[in-house]
Amino acid sequence: MTARRDVYLDHSASTPVDPRVLEAMAPYFTEVYGNSSSLHSYGRRAEAAVERARETVSSILRCKPSEIVFTSGGSESDNLAVRGAAWAARAQGKGAHLVTTPVEHSAVTATVKQLVTVQGFSMTLIPVSRTGQIDVEDFVSALSAETTVASVIYANNEVGTLAPIPQLATAARERGVIFHSDAVQAAGQLSLDVNELGVDMLSLSAHKFYGPKGVGALYVREGTAISPTQSGGSHERGMRAGTHNTPFIVGMAEALRIAYEEQAERVEHLRRRRNAIIDGILTHVPDAFLTGERELRLPSHASFIFPGVDSSQLLMHLDMRGVAASGGSACKTGSPEPSSVLLAMGISEADAIGSLRLSVGVHTTLEDVEYAVSAVKESVSRLRSVSSKLRSARLS
Amino acid sequence: MSGGVDSSVAAALLVEQGYDVIGMMMRLWAEPSVDDSCSTHNRCCTPGQMDDARRIADQLGIPFYVLDTRDVFKASIVDFFVEQHRAGVTPNPCIECNRSIRFDWLYSHAMALDADFLATGHYARVVKQGDVYTLEQSVDEAKDQSYVLSVLSQEQLAHVLFPCGDYTKPQIRELAARFGLPTASKHDSQDLCFLGDGDYRRFLKENAPELMQPGPIVLRDGTVVGEHSGVANYTIGQRKGLHVYAAEPLYVIAINPYRNAVVIGPREQLGHDTLTAGRANWVAGNPPSNEPFRAQVKIRYKARPAPALVTPLDADRFSVVFDAPVRDITPGQGAVIYDGARVLGVGIIERRPELSQ
Repeated sequence: MTARRDVYLDHSASTPVDPRVLEAMAPYFTEVYGNSSSLHSYGRRAEAAVERARETVSSILRCKPSEIVFTSGGSESDNLAVRGAAWAARAQGKGAHLVTTPVEHSAVTATVKQLVTVQGFSMTLIPVSRTGQIDVEDFVSALSAETTVASVIYANNEVGTLAPIPQLATAARERGVIFHSDAVQAAGQLSLDVNELGVDMLSLSAHKFYGPKGVGALYVREGTAISPTQSGGSHERGMRAGTHNTPFIVGMAEALRIAYEEQAERVEHLRRRRNAIIDGILTHVPDAFLTGERELRLPSHASFIFPGVDSSQLLMHLDMRGVAASGGSACKTGSPEPSSVLLAMGISEADAIGSLRLSVGVHTTLEDVEYAVSAVKESVSRLRSVSSKLRSARLS
Repeated sequence: MSGGVDSSVAAALLVEQGYDVIGMMMRLWAEPSVDDSCSTHNRCCTPGQMDDARRIADQLGIPFYVLDTRDVFKASIVDFFVEQHRAGVTPNPCIECNRSIRFDWLYSHAMALDADFLATGHYARVVKQGDVYTLEQSVDEAKDQSYVLSVLSQEQLAHVLFPCGDYTKPQIRELAARFGLPTASKHDSQDLCFLGDGDYRRFLKENAPELMQPGPIVLRDGTVVGEHSGVANYTIGQRKGLHVYAAEPLYVIAINPYRNAVVIGPREQLGHDTLTAGRANWVAGNPPSNEPFRAQVKIRYKARPAPALVTPLDADRFSVVFDAPVRDITPGQGAVIYDGARVLGVGIIERRPELSQ
């Protein structure tokens, strides 16, 4: 084995802040520190920065600046979208049925679940294929006259599969159903053109594309009614109360601008390294299989199952070797539950425990990939030999 | 690492001695909570203790991992506990856990990480004499845990470290203060850590309801003298709650699972001067002699070692004849053989043959 090196392959969890982004943010901590709602010059300068950021974000989403709501991140965006639209539609007497998938991020899943259990909404989960793919016909048949909001994840965080968002969104909008998509993983790599995508709402989170943590955005198509889920002042046209986090909003806009300025090269870079991981793992690790789609997947994302391996132990072994990755279900409490996303895809509970996600970033090198593949290979082999040793000791 | 003072100081001592230390905590099986109040956590690896251990590892600058040990712990310890009670036997879960979980399952996982040693916060000492490792009592007799570590083999002793064994508990506390670690004593390791509330009778009632069937209270000769509320409600040596009226105090002297009977008798029947033990482990690999030899035998964690003559029977059984009768010899507990401070081996006390029918 080659010398130990530190390799970060968990970019789907978070990315480092781009130094250019940090630089753009800096003045808004110590110089332009006014409250963007204030009338004085300090406030006006902050407000101008927030509005410039809004224009930058809207130019990438090809929407109006007024259709962008700044939030504290992806989870808040998902909450505001699903809950806010469901509440508003019901208040208008439009029905209380929601449609979503079993492979959503928990920010959507838990919000829908709460609406159902606490507030009397009903919902339908669309089935997914073995690769986590959604069939447009299944989606359409789940929509009823009572359906008000549908939410489907753009690029799946656990298995990387890309959903056919334009077709789903068109089908929903034709039936008067508000369509939301969680684009947290997709942002920075795939098109966010809301007209191409056809979505009514789209969630983003800055720290997935080399921006800071704790800031995100929600696109809300003009004319889409949503009730605020955080009430208070009239910030964000009444949709989201709370003083603007000026430096973070500026940072997110700069990060998004850079991501799409460099999109073509980045995606090519990521795809190449991701393919090297997939080829390396499938070639060198016995019995490993890929989860999610082979081609229709997020450029930075590779995910696998190693039958007979406990992913939390695999992560520990990889961490000892300097490789940072994540399991299907991020869990530090020693009680990994099989991921509900993998189970919904028809993967067995036993296999689901052995899932691993390796997600590359703009700084990942081919040497990093090579090292990580051999670390995975060695760790899986060790763990399998421990369990077979313990098993045979128990049987004897 | 449990988040408690002993394992924290053990880790700190090793870091100070220049070892490359990795912190590990086992997430054990926990009974689904009794009152539904706080989901599923037992008393020795709660989220709070996990956070404590993680914080201490962070303070010591070492990695920290929690291992999912629930399935193997459930099968080897919890199910075994119920099964043994069904057979009228009261196992010592700490001995079983050290045998099949901590120094087997966890040990194997530590070795798979290329670890040289598995260290714990136990109070005991490993001494190397020539090519042989011996297990000895800790310098703090009151805290000594060599009883529950008596299941270790030469291979394991060569790869375990007990940094606390050379210190007394007050010294460990002082060290904790010096290292800036939390010094407050949490509960000592619990015998029945997997129970939500520590009430093993309730646990057996729910998991082995047949042990809660009323049945006869009998004398040693079989005379029925009363009715009991279920054998799981009685332990050997118990005097209260028998509701049998007699001229002299009567005690539970045995449980007969075959007849669902609780056997009682006067004080003198509580004591026995013999026992046999099986599933033996000899720390040196073999008994010190195949002939009967003199030693001291401890029949439960908190008992005093009693002088006795030990006779190896076959590879993993031995018999003990005590110099004087010993009270409350309980099948399922460990009979640990000492030569002074040194542990020679352990066997699990077997049921008396007169009840095997």
